[in-house]
Amino acid sequence: MNKYYLGIDLGSTTSKAIIIDENDKIIGRGITNTRANYLVATEIARLEAIYNARFSLLKMKLEDEIEDNPEYKKYIDDVESVFQYLQFKHRLDRLSVQFQDTIKSTFDDDKKEDLSAIVTKIVDTISPKIRHEFINSNLGSKNQFFRDIVSERYNNEVNKLHKKYFDPIMLIYDKSITPVENELTDFNFGKLVAKAMEILDKKYSSLADNERTTSSLKFDREINLLKGSYKEIYNSFKDHIGFVASMDIHIADMVGTGYGRALLPFPEKSIKSEILCHAFGAHAIFPNTKTVLDIGGQDTKAIQVDRHGLVTSFHMNDRCAAGCGRYLGYIADEFSISLNELGPLALEATNEVNICSTCTVFAAAEIRELLNIGRKRTDILAGLHRAIVMRAMSLLARSGGVRNEFTFTGGVARNQAVLKYVSELVHENYGDDITINIHTDSIFMGALGGAMFARRNSKK
Amino acid sequence: MSKKVKKEKSMIIQKEMIASLFKELSTAKETGKKVVYTFVPGNISELIRAFDMLPVYPEINALQSGMRKKSRDFIRDAEKIGHSEDVCTYVKCDVGMMINGNIGPTGEKIPDPDLLLLSYTGCFTFMKWFETLERLYPGVPVALLHTPYQEAQKITPEMTEYMVKQLKEEVIPKMEKVSGKKYDEEKLKKILVNTNKVEEYMVKIFETTKNKPSPIDAYFAGVYYIGPINIGFRGTEEAVHYYEELYKEILERVEKGLGPITPEGEMKEEKFRLVVEGPPNWTHFREFWKIFYDMGAVIVASSYTKVGGVYDNGFRVNPEKPLESLAKYCMNCYTNLNLEQRVDLLSDCITNYDADGFLVNSIKSCNSFSAGQLMIMQQLERKLEIPVGFVESDLVDPRYFSYSNIKNRLESFFQMLEQRKLILGN
Repeated sequence: MNKYYLGIDLGSTTSKAIIIDENDKIIGRGITNTRANYLVATEIARLEAIYNARFSLLKMKLEDEIEDNPEYKKYIDDVESVFQYLQFKHRLDRLSVQFQDTIKSTFDDDKKEDLSAIVTKIVDTISPKIRHEFINSNLGSKNQFFRDIVSERYNNEVNKLHKKYFDPIMLIYDKSITPVENELTDFNFGKLVAKAMEILDKKYSSLADNERTTSSLKFDREINLLKGSYKEIYNSFKDHIGFVASMDIHIADMVGTGYGRALLPFPEKSIKSEILCHAFGAHAIFPNTKTVLDIGGQDTKAIQVDRHGLVTSFHMNDRCAAGCGRYLGYIADEFSISLNELGPLALEATNEVNICSTCTVFAAAEIRELLNIGRKRTDILAGLHRAIVMRAMSLLARSGGVRNEFTFTGGVARNQAVLKYVSELVHENYGDDITINIHTDSIFMGALGGAMFARRNSKK
Repeated sequence: MSKKVKKEKSMIIQKEMIASLFKELSTAKETGKKVVYTFVPGNISELIRAFDMLPVYPEINALQSGMRKKSRDFIRDAEKIGHSEDVCTYVKCDVGMMINGNIGPTGEKIPDPDLLLLSYTGCFTFMKWFETLERLYPGVPVALLHTPYQEAQKITPEMTEYMVKQLKEEVIPKMEKVSGKKYDEEKLKKILVNTNKVEEYMVKIFETTKNKPSPIDAYFAGVYYIGPINIGFRGTEEAVHYYEELYKEILERVEKGLGPITPEGEMKEEKFRLVVEGPPNWTHFREFWKIFYDMGAVIVASSYTKVGGVYDNGFRVNPEKPLESLAKYCMNCYTNLNLEQRVDLLSDCITNYDADGFLVNSIKSCNSFSAGQLMIMQQLERKLEIPVGFVESDLVDPRYFSYSNIKNRLESFFQMLEQRKLILGN
């Protein structure tokens, strides 16, 4: 039986899980932003990683076929996306019920009916839109949490209402989202995939119909191939999927890291510092790494590693968490936009402002002042992103500076504006020759390092 | 297993020495003994003793208050009368204690000073500290002994001359006036003979950490070992007796292959050997030590145990040249060394004591120690290719000790060392 290894990174903002095989290859990724206790967070992330691993194993199993028929990959990606939608839908249904419970327990009788109707209408409006985005625009691959997806669309609908409804409707949302987010549901992989395939069946068959009627529609090559052969693929995949669904993903060993690691019921050897895990993960992906910068929810870490990937020194922010992921979250709230919109907006700046204060709370006051004097949102956001990176630069300097190569990890590395300033300031301060590594799995580096330690533990 | 700390004979001797000093201090006004307030780095207690006066060390009182959990309120009271949040917490703790009746660590009152001997050695705050004391005790004479910094990494004859001149023209005349006694060089020479013996023992004691396992912890226990020389006993018979006994006990431990004694019990397995830079945190001293104990980490050398005198490079007082010796002693203090010298000293410690890593405990409110620590750390990391770690706390302000932050960083540091041993050890 194949052995797999699990790494769990319990961060301050998100919890991540990574599953690797015996060659340190990542086969499963799971992430959650639940604020429930760490055990629930671990379980949610772990289950997600296992679902994801099943899809990876399916792709690996069909490697040869996928190579010959690129549309197969597209099909599996589509199944995974719809699979994610079905999980999402389950939560959204739960949220809808929770909304009604919240209304019942929070408001006076004379308001209940009115509010209930509004909330139901919002859910009915956003639900098909989201479905469409998942099934047709690959929303699942955008690394958004349930909360982000729902709140963005919910807020849009709230803004269309009379302003007297703003407070109660937002209150209903705020009170309902957390319990739903913290709920653990163990889905039956096989059944859910079968359902996803049925939905896709309809999608592709309608594509075939559409083509006959709408000649202007342009499809990519895979889609073109798919619509001709989806039935055939469906049939030939069914058995494989059944096999992967029932396969036992044997986790031979696991390692927990991150803020909440001490709370995990793991033996001592299975609890590792996030410093080591991040460095180990980053070094595994980019073997020439000498300096690692990790910006997470509450921590910024500057880590120096030697040629073996062993940490020689590290520095972390003390006393103040300004400049970390939570700072961005706070700023997003101040601007009433979602976290994902921050970076792209900041990149649109034409006249970046200088934000003097890097205290999260003071920065909010500074933002209001700047908005009052008429500075553009995009310019202010650019200044804020720069301020965060300036803090990271100071930490890097304290830890001994940037040595070539430099690898940037953590959740904040997903933000394009942060990347832009990191790259600018690293080159400005340490020379243009510095190679900067960023990986799509940057947020998973700690969990990856953990999984790699688990594999090595188990070898002993 | 009992958690009662095992008391060695030397511990009892030290306790008695401290008790007798504070007893003497508490009755000084009745016995007519004069009291000199002075600082630990560059403390010329032999000269104070030569005039039959008694020394008081405000830093020691502050750290004692920290250990006795009294510093929080003392600091609060000092802040109430205008001392800023950023002021050295030793100063605030000390001032707070004074304005609360100046009751010392043994519960007895510490007498007001008859002389403020400001031995200025590498810490600018000392000047401001005694300016504050001058206001608290109006009319008390101040003798300033300015120790020139080892800017060029060495002590020049001019520097020694300058120091001796100050001793002769400023310090001694003021001491004569306060004590009513004439300067007796023969007496000072006799005291320095004891100092010389104490210095020899100190070196031998701290060198025992070369053994594996190390029989002592040169930081957490080391601060107790330097107690007598830092509270005014350096040239006394009692000190010679104490160090003789201590050395004997340590040699017994070496012979039996025993590790250090800690408040949690004897250290069973020495997993890591470290060199530590910076003073310890006093408010959570035991919790801090326990983290190291739990990890099997022994400190084999520390810069902090050198604040009252650096003897590693061969310096010893020469009783035949008393004033010159005192001058050189002051100039050799750890905080009076320039940063390159500190790097060299620490580098030698790491190499000679075969340490696995280097750790800095940086002090939020202590500029004289903290300035340059990052540079020291980075230079050692590059020069010796060893893992280095950095934690931050404070001397006696409990508000700046974050147990979870420190534990988190130390855990990472120890895992770094472990990983390194695992991978490079084979």
